[in-house]
Amino acid sequence: MSSSGIEVRIPTILRPFTAGAKIVTGEGATLRDLIADLGKQFTGLEERIMENGALLRFINVYVNDEDVRFIGGLDLALNAGDKVTILPAVAGGASK
Amino acid sequence: MRRPVPMYPFTLGAMVLRISASLARALWEHSEKEHPIEACGVIAGLAADRAPTRHIPMENSAYSPTFYEFESKALLALYRELDDRDEVPVVIYHSHTSTEAYPSRTDIAYAGEPEAHYVLLSTREEIASRSELRSFRIVDGVVTEEPVEIIGD
Repeated sequence: MSSSGIEVRIPTILRPFTAGAKIVTGEGATLRDLIADLGKQFTGLEERIMENGALLRFINVYVNDEDVRFIGGLDLALNAGDKVTILPAVAGGASK
Repeated sequence: MRRPVPMYPFTLGAMVLRISASLARALWEHSEKEHPIEACGVIAGLAADRAPTRHIPMENSAYSPTFYEFESKALLALYRELDDRDEVPVVIYHSHTSTEAYPSRTDIAYAGEPEAHYVLLSTREEIASRSELRSFRIVDGVVTEEPVEIIGD
């Protein structure tokens, strides 16, 4: 199974890590591998997406428009041509 | 451990929110309608000038008086739509229903749009109706209040 050439859309807040690039390309057999690959290409990016092996609560990751939290999370298998979108959650509120 | 953010200039623009009276009214109407749960949404504008022009109320998927969140699929659809129209979320707003219109720790922790004006409204009962609408920048955990100018209609 090939999984190279996966397009990843980077949100504004993470573009400092990609020299301003809005779309980058990575590879990986799973989403976890892809994020690790992005971390190798762009220093510091992985820590802004994951912590202690899990996705950060305030980061949403979509594969082909599906929120990965509902379709297998970081272990989701990826295929060449998949499209990944990273977005910061828009959330907050008066609590604490 | 977070590394320091590399230098890349976010487009902050002028540290003031200029908003039309009709858009301000629309945010109040939405906040009052949702009270006692928190209302939330965005005002979109062209990326080119970052002027807030198009009100998009969002559903608070938390349905809570103390928390709001754009539902994840709706969030993706919103960003797609903005992208297609060369727009950005110029304003991201929500209401506090029993506390002042100032970013909470939760608001700061979640603030993920460094270029947006974060607008807070308070619908708490102890204050005069429609008296608190404030705007903030929240960049890397630092909150900076900015003036709000209500212009024209």
